[in-house]
Amino acid sequence: MDGHMAPVLDLAAIRADFPILSETVRGKRFTFLDSGASAQKPRQVIGAMVRMMEKAYANVHRGAYHMSEQATEAYEAARRAVQRFLNAGDEREIVFTGSSTNAINLVAHSYGRGVMKPGQAVVISEMEHHANLVPWQMLRDAHGIELRVCRITDAGELDMDDLAAKLADGKVGLVAVTHMSNVLGTVTPAERIARMAHEAGAKVLFDGSQAAVHRRVDVQALDADFYVFTGHKLYGPTGIGVLYAKAALLEAMPPFLGGGDMIAEVSFERSIWAPIPAKFEAGTPPIIEAIGLHAAIDYVEAIGMPAIEAHERALVDRAMARLPHIEGVTLLGRAQDRGGVFAFALDTAHAHDVATLLDRAGIAVRSGRHCAEPLHARFNVESTCRASFGLYTTPEEVDLLADALGQAREFFR
Amino acid sequence: MTGLFDDLRDLYQEVILDHGRKPRNFRRLDDADRTARGDNPMCGDRMELFLKMAPDGTIADAAFQGRGCAISMASASLMTDTVKGKTPAQAHAMSDGFRTLAMTGTCPECGGDIAEEMERLAPLSGVHDFPSRVKCATLAWHTLNAALDGQAKEASSE
Ligand SMILES: Cc1ncc(COP(=O)(O)O)c(C=O)c1O
Repeated sequence: MDGHMAPVLDLAAIRADFPILSETVRGKRFTFLDSGASAQKPRQVIGAMVRMMEKAYANVHRGAYHMSEQATEAYEAARRAVQRFLNAGDEREIVFTGSSTNAINLVAHSYGRGVMKPGQAVVISEMEHHANLVPWQMLRDAHGIELRVCRITDAGELDMDDLAAKLADGKVGLVAVTHMSNVLGTVTPAERIARMAHEAGAKVLFDGSQAAVHRRVDVQALDADFYVFTGHKLYGPTGIGVLYAKAALLEAMPPFLGGGDMIAEVSFERSIWAPIPAKFEAGTPPIIEAIGLHAAIDYVEAIGMPAIEAHERALVDRAMARLPHIEGVTLLGRAQDRGGVFAFALDTAHAHDVATLLDRAGIAVRSGRHCAEPLHARFNVESTCRASFGLYTTPEEVDLLADALGQAREFFR
Repeated sequence: MTGLFDDLRDLYQEVILDHGRKPRNFRRLDDADRTARGDNPMCGDRMELFLKMAPDGTIADAAFQGRGCAISMASASLMTDTVKGKTPAQAHAMSDGFRTLAMTGTCPECGGDIAEEMERLAPLSGVHDFPSRVKCATLAWHTLNAALDGQAKEASSE
């Protein structure tokens, strides 16, 4: 490692925890720069899930027998782990969902249709993932809610003046914005956004799908009303996501899905909802996935979110020292506060051609529009490549990308 | 010269790079009889195809506009070049043949009166080794089918 990069993490030990990182691709070392789409899994997560299935599995909240009680305890322990991870005040404020997408749809449905009134508005931003855009369009069309889109600056930062303008008439019921862009890497000033929303009488939802992976999130310090993230980007399994919501909001919201586990009492005439969070967890929940997510949280917390953040900051600095200076490479966005996600275009080649070339060098990047089509339109680009870092990414991999990009440009000249 | 990517010359043959950089028939046909749009939402490849039909029912002229990767641009360029003078039935046969070529790398049934044209399309056969890129190559042909069949809806090779 170079002198200017303090080794904040024991990368060799960390990489040894991720079996897939020792795979080769077309005879080359596998250089995985697509953690932003989905992260790889450490043995600790894989092992916890296998152990549960082999030794302690049964449905939860249902059986008066040992295995079910044990599974229920493990599932609820996972909820407490998430509570600590987000520094939520109360474990009842943690709802397990299938993904970030499910969590946002839950809020759009139960809070949007159940609590908001037609004529009110939702504010999103120009840099939202489709998961935090489409549910609000559906709410708009179904429930007479106005959808306002807060502009971003050319640097790829939220335009705070525009946010103030969008909030000015007091009609906004909810501000739903990303905490970190999955394309630009921009980290948004969440505390300030929450303060502005609250002063205007609105609630605030943060899409933390990217942010929660890269830095410590404290939902109480942010004063977030809703905060969502997804397990598979946090080195955990697919099929599990988290909705944090203040207890009073969850109490006021009607359920999203109906079924087993979410009711206290059922007759053919009516049902009485279970207390929160069960009210929002209809059906058999993602039990094994919750155990995997718990292991993932234990894993990143053992390393330490501050150390992970420092490591990624060093990688970002290294990437920023190289990528913008490669001839023909244009980066999308230049936010001051950013995480390890970079979207870029090459002048001589389309993103897909670049990704195919990089793949030959064993480098996995995403190409296309990364579920953020309106954002690409905003920057007037058809598609980009995106490199994103994880806690196992090495400085050498950043260099490998930069070197390969230079060669890719030559290839297409 | 660029050692790292040498083995990609099978996919990006010189013909393809050339057509990708300087696509032929890249213009709008104002007097087109048939048009269709093609879109690969995942990739951001997008094209609009224009066909001018001759009185005898053959394709008198073909042109396109759009944006996309080298493979999709080269494929559209070669497609518009090779379907000129063909009947709709021949063009459909070429389209079927091309799909086989792109997916398997060969096309045993591509003989007869379209053999010569299919030969010109052969450089694109390399995509069969790149499953995620096959749809880049076939977009132009899907769009051609849509234009010939007069479908109002957008073609997609998803
Ligand atoms: C910012 C952001 N929001 C939402 C999502 C959706 O996550 P999921 O597909 O797990 O629901 C993603 C990832 O795809 C994302 O990057």
